[in-house]
Amino acid sequence: MTPEVHQIYLAAAALVFVLGLGGMVLCRHFLKKILAAALLTNSCFLALVAVSYRDAGMAGDPVPHALVITGIVVGVSACAFALALARQITQVTGHIDFDGGKGSDREEAEENQPGRENP
Amino acid sequence: MSAMMLMPVCLPFAGALAAMATPVRYRAVCGLVFSLATLGAVLVLALGMAESGPLSHHLGGWEVPLGIRLHLDGLAMLFLLLTALVGLPVGIYAAAEYGRERGGGRVFFWPLWMFLWAGMNALYLSADLFNIFVVMEIIGMASVALAVLSGRAPALVAGLRYLLAAMAGSGAFLFGVALVYGSHATLDLGLLAERVLPSAAVATGFALILAGLLVKAALFPLHFWLPSAHASADPPVSAILSALVVKTAFYLVLRLWTGPFAVLATPPVALVLGVLGAVAALWGSYQAMRQDRLKRMAAHSTVGQVGLLFLMFPLITGAGAQADWLQAAWTGGIYQVFAHGFAKAAMFLSLGIFVMATGDDHRSSMSNMVGRMPMTTFAFALAGVSLIGLPPSGGFVAKWMLLKAALTSGQWWWAPVVAWASFLTAGYVFMVLRIAFAPAAGAPRLRRVPKMLEITALALGIGAIVIGFRAEEILHILDYPSLAPVIDGSIDGGEGGGGR
Repeated sequence: MTPEVHQIYLAAAALVFVLGLGGMVLCRHFLKKILAAALLTNSCFLALVAVSYRDAGMAGDPVPHALVITGIVVGVSACAFALALARQITQVTGHIDFDGGKGSDREEAEENQPGRENP
Repeated sequence: MSAMMLMPVCLPFAGALAAMATPVRYRAVCGLVFSLATLGAVLVLALGMAESGPLSHHLGGWEVPLGIRLHLDGLAMLFLLLTALVGLPVGIYAAAEYGRERGGGRVFFWPLWMFLWAGMNALYLSADLFNIFVVMEIIGMASVALAVLSGRAPALVAGLRYLLAAMAGSGAFLFGVALVYGSHATLDLGLLAERVLPSAAVATGFALILAGLLVKAALFPLHFWLPSAHASADPPVSAILSALVVKTAFYLVLRLWTGPFAVLATPPVALVLGVLGAVAALWGSYQAMRQDRLKRMAAHSTVGQVGLLFLMFPLITGAGAQADWLQAAWTGGIYQVFAHGFAKAAMFLSLGIFVMATGDDHRSSMSNMVGRMPMTTFAFALAGVSLIGLPPSGGFVAKWMLLKAALTSGQWWWAPVVAWASFLTAGYVFMVLRIAFAPAAGAPRLRRVPKMLEITALALGIGAIVIGFRAEEILHILDYPSLAPVIDGSIDGGEGGGGR
């Protein structure tokens, strides 16, 4: 049995989802974690577009497309919020990951050093 | 009447916008006016529902499946009531605590809290999977923003971890929704309940939805983000997050479990939820006992108490609508939601008062608190009594009913879990109270604390006890037989479930 086109897209979405989840767990840098989260969110949009397929030659189901539009807005806001938080953390503490690691960009880390004591 | 259903959502939204536009000095007044209006709207709806039964509203007049439906039944009503009854006192506390803030992040408390409240109310009323996803995002982002209000480093780090966990949870949920929509071409919970058939795609979808919700409900082992986020937030925010926000995810699991996915909610899956809940109840309570910091103790205690909620699932699943322990299981679960809501809000608020007065978050700073701040120590003790489950508190009804349901259903192995969790809870509550009763010579002077803070904490503590006496009203509103899954009705010939 050969898989239909939309099933291949759905499988790709599942793969991207797993990649995103894996990235969120395995990557340490804030930025990588946030990118992985964005990837995971986007895999849902791919899945939604894949399930909107009806039959060869027919127009796709419009409802999932509407959902994707809304989802993108939500996803972008969440991503922007996460980036703002990560930037704030790096400014206040100089850390670039949850384990308290410092950035390789030494200048920036030193610049923020005095800020560490401030609440 | 059904348009009245919009009020619990629209009023807090309007309040959020109004608070944003109001000068900082008057935001609290503006927020409290809208909070009172929201509570009023919920009470009016409760009275209306008592006469007319469950209500549905089609937004913009569009019928399902094209439009989005709001639905109000007993379960949703109880959560609306809990949110309003806990939210209002916490708002008063926040108004008193943040009264003098004129800059910094804390001036955004009111807009964010009202957005959060609107989101939670919308979630309880939604009968559409995608609408639920959107309001879950509103709730998640407003919660994280509230958690980082102080702008301090630990809060920021915990906030980012919280947000990432929430994003992963929402992602899993949305992927699941896509799979379910792909199979049944509808998002309406009512239509799904009629259409859902067990298939690989829908089962995977349900598993993803469940996994996403369990992250947000912080069920063991997906609770990793909760203790630091709840412990590092400001006291009123911790109270809101612990008492109300984690309950939204539990509500959804319960709603989907008994509604659209009842066909897939089989006893083995329920057993998994029950086992995770049992481990959470023991592990969270044990961790709470080991904490030296007061707010971390309360945060770990939330993990344990949420675990107890999930013991409800094996007890209500696969029993058939006529099982005589169903009432006990539903009462136990719903009472646990209410009792923990009031008690944990009271606990976080009273701990906030202690920390404000002593400037120290360690357990040792509590020495002779019973002599120095009797009112707040009493509030803390009342909250503790309810969390442990001593009579005559709401927590007692919850644990007693869960025990009763476990024993009468023959699933006796949940009973020792409930009992052990209570012992551990007694452990951490009494470790604090023991120090509070110890006389201390030369303890540092306390800073003055606004009286209103102490009054609201005590009011919530009393609430955690008093609901123990109101079982009949709560059961009447819940009307649990109407929530029994359709599948049970069909197995039993349809007479049992269909009557209501």
